[in-house]
Amino acid sequence: MRDGAAAPPFRVPMRLQTHVYGWLLLLPSAVLLVAFTHYPAVATIIDSFFSTPKGRRAAVFVGADNYQAMLADPVFWRALANNMIYAACVIPLTIALALAMAIWVNGKIAGRPFLRLSFFTPTVLPMIAVANIWLFFYSPGYGLLDQLLGLGGVATHNWLGDPHTALACLIAVAVWKDAGFFMIFYLAALQQMSPQLAEAASIEGASRWYFFRRVTFPLLMPTTLFVLINAIINSFRLVDHIVVMTRGGPDNSTALLLFYIFEIGFKFWDTAYAATLTVVLLTLLGLLALGQFVILDRRIHYQ
Amino acid sequence: MSAGAFSQSGGRAGAALETAAAWLLALIWILPLAYAVWAAIHPSAYSAHFVLDAPLTLMNFVAAWNAAPFARYFLNTFLLVTMILAAQLVLCTLAAYAFARFEFAGRDAAFILVLLQLMIMPDVLIVENYRTMSALGIVDTIPAIGLPYMASAFGIFLLRQTFKTVPRELDEAARVEGAGPLQVLLKVYVPLAKPIYIAYGLVSVSYHWNNFLWPLIVTNSVNTRPLTVGLQIFASTDQGIDWSVITVATLMTSAPLLIAFLLFQRQFVQSFMRAGIR
Repeated sequence: MRDGAAAPPFRVPMRLQTHVYGWLLLLPSAVLLVAFTHYPAVATIIDSFFSTPKGRRAAVFVGADNYQAMLADPVFWRALANNMIYAACVIPLTIALALAMAIWVNGKIAGRPFLRLSFFTPTVLPMIAVANIWLFFYSPGYGLLDQLLGLGGVATHNWLGDPHTALACLIAVAVWKDAGFFMIFYLAALQQMSPQLAEAASIEGASRWYFFRRVTFPLLMPTTLFVLINAIINSFRLVDHIVVMTRGGPDNSTALLLFYIFEIGFKFWDTAYAATLTVVLLTLLGLLALGQFVILDRRIHYQ
Repeated sequence: MSAGAFSQSGGRAGAALETAAAWLLALIWILPLAYAVWAAIHPSAYSAHFVLDAPLTLMNFVAAWNAAPFARYFLNTFLLVTMILAAQLVLCTLAAYAFARFEFAGRDAAFILVLLQLMIMPDVLIVENYRTMSALGIVDTIPAIGLPYMASAFGIFLLRQTFKTVPRELDEAARVEGAGPLQVLLKVYVPLAKPIYIAYGLVSVSYHWNNFLWPLIVTNSVNTRPLTVGLQIFASTDQGIDWSVITVATLMTSAPLLIAFLLFQRQFVQSFMRAGIR
């Protein structure tokens, strides 16, 4: 990520020109980044200390009132808890499946082209579109899930209408959507691994599982880290399927943080409170960025 | 790693079991799409009734196409995706070139500020960005959907990494021949980064073709709505629209990307790989 040793490309007499050129090239991107990433991030924090402007009444400074309201808001806690459960289920499941898929597709398994096609297809489909199809899968009675379970004599169930099963249904959709996407990164890493490693292990008589545990998995660690970070971001960033399938219900059992922000901000138009909730989301993502920075820093010292 | 190398230790039964598991998973993974195709080409009476002699029909496609202004939605999505990609390619190329080959004051700090967008994406800054769009008076326009994404940290990072691998000798040779910095960029760096441009382009197009929440927020008329938002509005109106028609609309929304993917599978997979390796 850094290269202090790089020589200046345009020679010393052109020093000033280099600065000017560098900034001019960066300027268009910088303007847009500041306007739509840095400014809104800072404005979110500022707005969280003000009231929502209503009609002719301008926003007034209210100190920590919004935060106190948030701490007393049971839906906020519910959304936060939901999001944590959601992330804690989606992330490990997606990563484990992605890894298994990559190992299968990389090996000499029968029907490899079909497997690869099938695993990757969800990645190119819009979440909003597939959510509609999954909605049908879960419909009570005539939906595919109930029809399949019905063959085994299981009674019909309103999967999305029951607070106990709704979140699990959304978790399944999220895992299904992303596993094939992350498979690609594992596949790329596996293809760069030396085949001699597997040969040597095979001569030594190592079992497949032992080889995976002691060689493949450790070597894939950088990929796992990359996938992990992206999986965490996705579990806080993507709520399209909730808009289609449950709208946060029943009983807020599927409200995730960003979905709640969306509802507060654009259904109830309480922008100050939406900003306060966004601060929580930004803090979570900021901690993630910090964590990645620390880990990457350590990795650089290793090399 | 080859599965064959372990045949004697893994055992035949184990390998067969694994193949079966892989196939089961693959079937589950393709099931939603397979179902959508089934419902789309059969009359709605068969949408949840799976028999081999179900009659085929294309009426669902006609019904869906006539039920909502999908032609307009397609046009909007096409304009949106093209606009974003064009802006991204130009902006990211310039910025990446600056980061890769110019030692300007504040470069490292600026780079960290750019990378921040990898974590704090416009997708979560919906409240403030909506306010900005209102202040600019461009709510419900296609540029408003695209603006927050045009400067892409991901693109800048990806191209910077690529530009850094270009040998300096090539750069210097071009300059000896009298080329200015921009000419060097266009004649040396851009052609060498072609595979990365294709990779980035595919990833960007799929992302913005599929994006939903921000377009939903910032648009409110037929003339600006992209396909994803149009589909959602169509599917959620309670006018007794049957499942088959919704499924067809769903398939239509996904079709261009899906067909492109089926035709150019290798390029898609490789592009997503390239975009992920840093």
